[in-house]
Amino acid sequence: MKKNYGTWYTLPLAVWISLFFVIPIAIVLIYSVLTRDYTGGVIWKFSLDSFSALANSSFIRATATTVFIALVSTAITIVLALPVAYYMARSRSNTILLLLVVVPFWVNFLIRVYAWMAVLGQEGFLNDLIRWMGLTNEPVTFLFNIWAVIIVHVYAYLPYAILPLFTTIEKFDFGLLEAARDLGASHVKSLTKIMLPNVQSGIITAVLFTFIPILGSYAIPDLIGGTDSTMLGTIVALNLRTGNNWPLASAISVVLTIITSVGLLLYFLYNQRLEKVHLQFQEETK
Amino acid sequence: MKGSEVRVENVEKKFGEFNALKNVSLTIRKGEFFSLLGPSGCGKTTLLRIIAGFEDPSAGIVCLDEDNVVPLPPDRRHVNTVFQNYALFPHLTVFENIAFPLRLKKVPLAQIKDKVFRYLELVQLKGQERKKPNQLSGGQKQRVAIARALINEPSVLLLDEPLSALDAKLRQQLLMDLDLIHDEVGITFIYVTHDQSEALSVSDRVAVMSEGRVLQIGTPYEIYEAPADTFVAQFIGETNLLKGTITVRDGRFYTIDTLDMGPVMVTTDRAFEVGDEVVHAIRPEKIAITKQRPENLPPDWNVVKGKVFESIYSGFQSRFDVDNAAGYRFKVYKQHESYLEMGPEIKWTDEVWLSWDADDGYLVESTRL
Repeated sequence: MKKNYGTWYTLPLAVWISLFFVIPIAIVLIYSVLTRDYTGGVIWKFSLDSFSALANSSFIRATATTVFIALVSTAITIVLALPVAYYMARSRSNTILLLLVVVPFWVNFLIRVYAWMAVLGQEGFLNDLIRWMGLTNEPVTFLFNIWAVIIVHVYAYLPYAILPLFTTIEKFDFGLLEAARDLGASHVKSLTKIMLPNVQSGIITAVLFTFIPILGSYAIPDLIGGTDSTMLGTIVALNLRTGNNWPLASAISVVLTIITSVGLLLYFLYNQRLEKVHLQFQEETK
Repeated sequence: MKGSEVRVENVEKKFGEFNALKNVSLTIRKGEFFSLLGPSGCGKTTLLRIIAGFEDPSAGIVCLDEDNVVPLPPDRRHVNTVFQNYALFPHLTVFENIAFPLRLKKVPLAQIKDKVFRYLELVQLKGQERKKPNQLSGGQKQRVAIARALINEPSVLLLDEPLSALDAKLRQQLLMDLDLIHDEVGITFIYVTHDQSEALSVSDRVAVMSEGRVLQIGTPYEIYEAPADTFVAQFIGETNLLKGTITVRDGRFYTIDTLDMGPVMVTTDRAFEVGDEVVHAIRPEKIAITKQRPENLPPDWNVVKGKVFESIYSGFQSRFDVDNAAGYRFKVYKQHESYLEMGPEIKWTDEVWLSWDADDGYLVESTRL
């Protein structure tokens, strides 16, 4: 009998995935159902205390705020990234543009967030500008609210959305739009019926690359946000460091993972339904 | 007739400093299979794109029957295009690709099905309707593109080098199919190609283009047998060109003194004067090649002696490159109707005699570009 080498070929992948995905998630899951040690760490005794502790209004509000910020920031990011990626894909000097998109990464993330504080702060650039234009004499508070948090999230994750969009749009055959126009589609119809389905994968990647990290965001709401914009990431950090409540921090992380997974599952089901409709139609056209 | 007349009037197209089209005018008749033929960069595709509506002309108008269509966007013109790279929608099946124009018009599903299957039959693709474009061969893709372009029942079908991505045998097959489809749908076909044999074999008329100009419009026969100038003569088929000055004119008979072989006799219906600088052209297949000097030739035959520089046997014919005393290299084709009966085999370095009837030669103008 021929020896089956399949297992051996997939072994490196299995090790890789276990090491970087399965084991970390398992650790978080296990910690979430252990007992809190007030000096930090956990006591190895099963307990659902952390999850029952989540059933309070302030946690639920923070979850709602987090999801809201992540959704709105992602939506704005994608809407802003699409035309940029489109322009880059069509431009002849797209290496330079690509470089410009990546340049912010050369500066430390925290410094870039602080820069926004300098822009939006009471003595900041924006307030100077408004004063100079004579619109107001009193400084306006831009910082420490939910919209400041959204703006800085959009700024921080724009490159993560632009890059996958750029690569898919660049691969898109723009001749197809001409073909669609030729066959009677208006300009808008050619974009929605032909371009959109063909760059869908890039849009989904861009959504995942922005939505998931924003959902777990910590530094931005911590520095830019106020009382109305406490996000789950901040609560996790609080419990982990000053609160010494590792199981609770883990439980909140599990909730974040579940929110992401539900999103992915919905998308998956939606795709399956589309496929089914498609198959059904094929049966009809037999 | 279902097709439209297409009238191109004084169309110019500039891309920056580059003049892609220079004052092009032509009229394509209703239902005609019309080819735009020329080397790459001659402006033929630009002209097609202007007719389709993808480009605006810098000057001039394009009329479909009586209406100037230049202000109309592509989706408002009764013209459809078959693209060189097929341009099939990769996310849609063959059925949905062909149904796309009908879906846009919100035609009821029953009618869509009915019509799509009719066109699938026309392009011989029945049974392939559930495949995605990436599951099809090149020829099948092009058939889908043709069906999709025809399903809107346009009055003009534009074909932009539709066969150039296919191999030679398939190209022949699809070309014949296109001809049949043209007969069946009866609309005007405008066919862009750089391949002269494609253009000659299926077109009713051909426009030969070079560097943004139309050099000649005519039936394939006219284009081949009476090219207007040296460019057309050289681009369509092979030809031997001999430059010279007219020395004697006797009715339709002219004698030209050529640099490369001395006096050459030719007949032409076009009017030239003694002293005119002309180019004499003779097609390789019109030249007889013999080992002995042909005897009892009529007085209006041209004869020249030469030496075979190269002989290439290709089954149904042989091609010879023959150098004469002045060093001019003639191209000669010899058909092998009955190979050895036509005389002894001619080989490399053989001394040979070339001869042709003055009626078979013709005079062309030097191309002014």
